[in-house]
Amino acid sequence: MLIQAKQFIGVNKHMSKQTMFEKIWNNHVIVAEEGKPSVLYIDLHLVHEVTSPQAFEGLRMSGRKVRRPDLTFATMDHNVPTKDRFNISDPISKQQVDTLTDNCREFGVKLYDLDSIDQGVVHVMGPELGLTHPGKTIVCGDSHTSTHGAFGALAFGIGTSEVEHVLATQCLQQSKAKTMLIRFNGKRAPGITAKDLILGLIAKYGTDFGTGYVMEYSGEAIRVLTMEERMTVCNMSIEAGARAGLIAPDETTFEYLRGREYAPQGAAFDAAVAQWKALCTDEGAQFDKVLDFDVNSLIPQVTWGTSPGMGTGITSSVPVPAELPTENERKAAANALEYMGLKPGTPMTEIPIDYVFIGSCTNGRIEDLRAAAAIARGYKVNPNVTAIVVPGSGRVKIQAEKEGLDKIFTEAGFEWRDAGCSMCLAMNPDRSAAGTALRIDFEPQL
Amino acid sequence: MQPFTKMTGLVAPVDRVNVDTDAIIPKQFLKRIERSGFGQFLFFEWRWDEQGNVIPEFNLNKPRYQGASVLISRANFGCGSSREHAPWAILDYGFRCVIAPSFADIFYNNCFKNGILPIQLSEEQVDELFRRTEAQEGYTLNIDLEQKVVTDDKGLRIAFDLDEHRRQFLLQGLDDIGLTLQHEDAISAYEAKRASEASA
Ligand code: SF4
Repeated sequence: MLIQAKQFIGVNKHMSKQTMFEKIWNNHVIVAEEGKPSVLYIDLHLVHEVTSPQAFEGLRMSGRKVRRPDLTFATMDHNVPTKDRFNISDPISKQQVDTLTDNCREFGVKLYDLDSIDQGVVHVMGPELGLTHPGKTIVCGDSHTSTHGAFGALAFGIGTSEVEHVLATQCLQQSKAKTMLIRFNGKRAPGITAKDLILGLIAKYGTDFGTGYVMEYSGEAIRVLTMEERMTVCNMSIEAGARAGLIAPDETTFEYLRGREYAPQGAAFDAAVAQWKALCTDEGAQFDKVLDFDVNSLIPQVTWGTSPGMGTGITSSVPVPAELPTENERKAAANALEYMGLKPGTPMTEIPIDYVFIGSCTNGRIEDLRAAAAIARGYKVNPNVTAIVVPGSGRVKIQAEKEGLDKIFTEAGFEWRDAGCSMCLAMNPDRSAAGTALRIDFEPQL
Repeated sequence: MQPFTKMTGLVAPVDRVNVDTDAIIPKQFLKRIERSGFGQFLFFEWRWDEQGNVIPEFNLNKPRYQGASVLISRANFGCGSSREHAPWAILDYGFRCVIAPSFADIFYNNCFKNGILPIQLSEEQVDELFRRTEAQEGYTLNIDLEQKVVTDDKGLRIAFDLDEHRRQFLLQGLDDIGLTLQHEDAISAYEAKRASEASA
């Protein structure tokens, strides 16, 4: 049975109560056939150098074009050096960067390259340019695309075959996810960051409780977050196994977007705001699952292992694997402790720090740098510690320099770098040696 | 894409939970610009130590598992980053079927797009497969996607289930993009409608 989009939306109008996910989904389904994934329209496709070469190669091999170059934006971030950036010493990294440049030229895709001040981590750049809007469907060949859900956009990571699919068709074949509502109740104590909220949630429920779900975050503790903080929460949805994270758009969202390069301007902006407001989950809409999470008693979270589920409060200790409840957890913990070179039972505060990395798409925004600079000001980095700051984008870098943050960092003994993913991915020369503790002050990329 | 109907293959066990895509293909190998050649780096950090010596205890390094084409592993297989290099590496190494109690979403999807069959069985069933694989050198499984069963030559018979659409997809070796482009009219109509809304 084939239902065309119009009827499909028509049917749903009568199903009065809908979640935000369902509204966005229904607005983008072009073809829904029983027993098959739906054809979903994609509004924005972000492309970077690592997961795209084989996709462009596929297009070329089959004689296909990019269907909507105007909805496709590219940057290079994953393996650009953040020091002496025009001199890419690794020949293969250089080849990827050059390949992206050639592909964008050949297929007519807008590229923010190393010469552009907008170049940066793809999930920092998109929102900064105002490309990310509430209600859009957004994809990118990077799992942390969920970041954009902070604006109330349905955003998720895709693999390279799907990158090719979106380039060729501007659509994806998708099965509808289940919905989960997570209510962050209460008020966080001073010093508790957005990252603590999401790490606390994952430490409590594990790294796969979100599998198959799109999670909507709500509650008092979410409403007070800035856009940057919301992006951090949504970014890490993927660490809970979720397909995507969503936060309903509100005044904070609209204020962030107002005036940005690709946001609607003038009267069109006000019209858009009215539409965006209508996206919020209807009162009384049903979710497949609802979780409550209390933030009143949350303390700063740190991870001791190799997975974000291996986290605990800063006042706790490294676990003793033998004391964990299941065989799987015991094995995984023992492997992780061996890799990290940690002794069971060590208090978290006694673990020596070897590296401090401030950056990535959860910790490289201007706010993050301001917060870190406020702490670093007037102190010196211990000589045994390597500390680097990598701004999330060229614009973040310029802004930080205007505010003199770079001085604070360099005076304290940090290195001040150029924009990129850096140690988050450790594909580039910024990698840390195995067996050194990274200060988990950033989103732990897997 | 190569259709997947039936196969018989040597089974190799990787007895770990949460095998993530970084373990399957470490990030330093993502820099290639081709689709092939990743198999040599599969499970790189488990196959070789930091000095580049072979780690003999890792199953894929044992002579008895050479030439395996069915991989069995534990829960949440393929978690972590969305890199499709993971299924490419698995396929390029020679595996066409992965069996585990659960898979991470994106990885599971990516398997179908690359002609790999991921089979989800219960913990107990996977345990049994681990036992049989370890007990008998040269243990093979027959995977029949037409009948949706896994059998061995000793009378084991496990039915499995998967989405019918995906099954057809593998059976026929279909190309995703071609399928979507069959809806070209609907896509163009949708784009036209959106464009007129935007200018209204
Ligand atoms: S900073 Fe890390 S998580 Fe973010 S896009 Fe880059 S590699 Fe992905």
